[in-house]
Amino acid sequence: MTNQAVREIQVTPLPDLADAPGLGGPAWAGRTALARLSGTPWLRDLGQRALPWVVPVGLIALWQVAASLGWLSTRVLPAPSEVLKAAWALSVSGELWTHVKVSAWRALAGLAIGGGLGLALGLLTGSVKFFETLLDSTVQMVRNIPALALIPLVILWFGIDETAKLFLIAVSVFFPMYINTFHGIKSVDPGLIEMGRSYGLTRWQLYREVILPGAMSSILVGLRFALGLMWVILIVAETISAQAGIGYLTMNAREFLQTDVVLVGILLYALLGKLADVLARALERYWLRWHPGYQSATPA
Amino acid sequence: MTIDQTTKNTQGVRLEVRGLSKHYGTRQVLRHTELVIAPGEFVAIVGRSGCGKSTLLRLVAGLEPATQGSIRLDAQEVGGLHGDTRVMFQDSRLLPWRRVVDNVALGLPAGSHSAAADVLAQVGLAERLNDWPARLSGGQRQRVSLARALVHSPRLLLLDEPLGALDALTRIEMHQLIEGLWQRNGFTALLVTHDVQEAVALADRVILIEDGRIALDERIALARPRQRSDPLFGQLEKKILDRVLQQPAHETPANEPPWPATPAHGLRWAV
Repeated sequence: MTNQAVREIQVTPLPDLADAPGLGGPAWAGRTALARLSGTPWLRDLGQRALPWVVPVGLIALWQVAASLGWLSTRVLPAPSEVLKAAWALSVSGELWTHVKVSAWRALAGLAIGGGLGLALGLLTGSVKFFETLLDSTVQMVRNIPALALIPLVILWFGIDETAKLFLIAVSVFFPMYINTFHGIKSVDPGLIEMGRSYGLTRWQLYREVILPGAMSSILVGLRFALGLMWVILIVAETISAQAGIGYLTMNAREFLQTDVVLVGILLYALLGKLADVLARALERYWLRWHPGYQSATPA
Repeated sequence: MTIDQTTKNTQGVRLEVRGLSKHYGTRQVLRHTELVIAPGEFVAIVGRSGCGKSTLLRLVAGLEPATQGSIRLDAQEVGGLHGDTRVMFQDSRLLPWRRVVDNVALGLPAGSHSAAADVLAQVGLAERLNDWPARLSGGQRQRVSLARALVHSPRLLLLDEPLGALDALTRIEMHQLIEGLWQRNGFTALLVTHDVQEAVALADRVILIEDGRIALDERIALARPRQRSDPLFGQLEKKILDRVLQQPAHETPANEPPWPATPAHGLRWAV
């Protein structure tokens, strides 16, 4: 049997719209212009990678110039150089790392508790009809209560120490994980489950080989949502009252009008949030490497 | 374990269907169907959409319970899934998160990599062992699906319109492949198809189902490999097609019932 008569149809991700001729738009026109100017592919590659950084770097440069020329008062917005100096001083003294460690621990512990519970409950209600009927509508009702609105109640219940913060983070992280896990389990292709059964897989094998991997892309979306929410709630939780942590660092600096330290705190939150997202995407790229959306456009 | 072994595992099974009926709610899909298939026979079932041919296949496969009647494999009554039976579906139903060779080895004990690789070579996909299913074309995916069915050395192979989604050239090649593998292994094959030409090209017998009953049972006494240019081929095809088209299409609403596959919460757990 020859393969010559068989036309191979490759599955490729959607083509990059910027490469399609005839599509207008200044950004795309700019990119193709840049591509034409730079002859070699190496230079073009560099150009494409440098482009996302042009705007942020430009803004920071503008900010530095404005601060140095005295247009911006240091109380309102200190120069980037000041922020960097403050960050350096804090890291040298070890304060920065202590606060980062405490905040990170709080966030991750909250994620483990709330995310873990959400995952477990989502798996349960998604798989067993009885539990779905019993629990799902209750969870959906409770979901609509914003976690931050619970703060006064949380303070009354847990006081203002670590438990209160962990509770807030866990409660907020629970719902995205639960909903996405539930949805993921529900949307596993029933045809695959039928095929698995007819090929002699036991129920546990079916779960491990067909249902869980099928739900994985939804679960990972839930994880990314949870990670984003985790940082936001942490920031708020740390303003309730704290003895350590980035929030404490920031609040304290505000008391002493150390705007540069406040900015260091904000930047730390941003960096840590970005780091968490990068980790989640790396997980996704590994666990979903079979998905056509995550594969490169090179032909097999 | 390869499918070259001539143990009793690869000999065809005798299929007897007696008084089989199936209804979904008020709709009667099969009425007292009687069918006997000798071991090693290749039988094709044709009919209009909604006539019940896929339902018959699914009942024989054990994917759904019959309302009435019995199904016997080698004189033993079966109800539900059976280890000697394998199904090839219309969509390839490969697990996208497993590589091709792992898909073929599905349900086999661990360490069956070489057996899976052997069967993949027999369907002509030896070099695509470690690819992800998303990288394959439709025809290649159906070949993997065929390999997956055959690696278990089934004695009864059920094919539910497996080539419906493929282009004409690929379909012809798949006919040759299926025929070759069937001749080599000797399993009993039951093919459901809407394409009368495909039925005449592959089967020893063609059965027409109309209104839930068997309306025609035509023996195809042509030599193998079948030549489409043979005048007798054309005659048989015309005869069967004329008989199929004789009955006008009904105005009945939904054709086959909605895909009655198993959602995740349809499993029952013993903890």
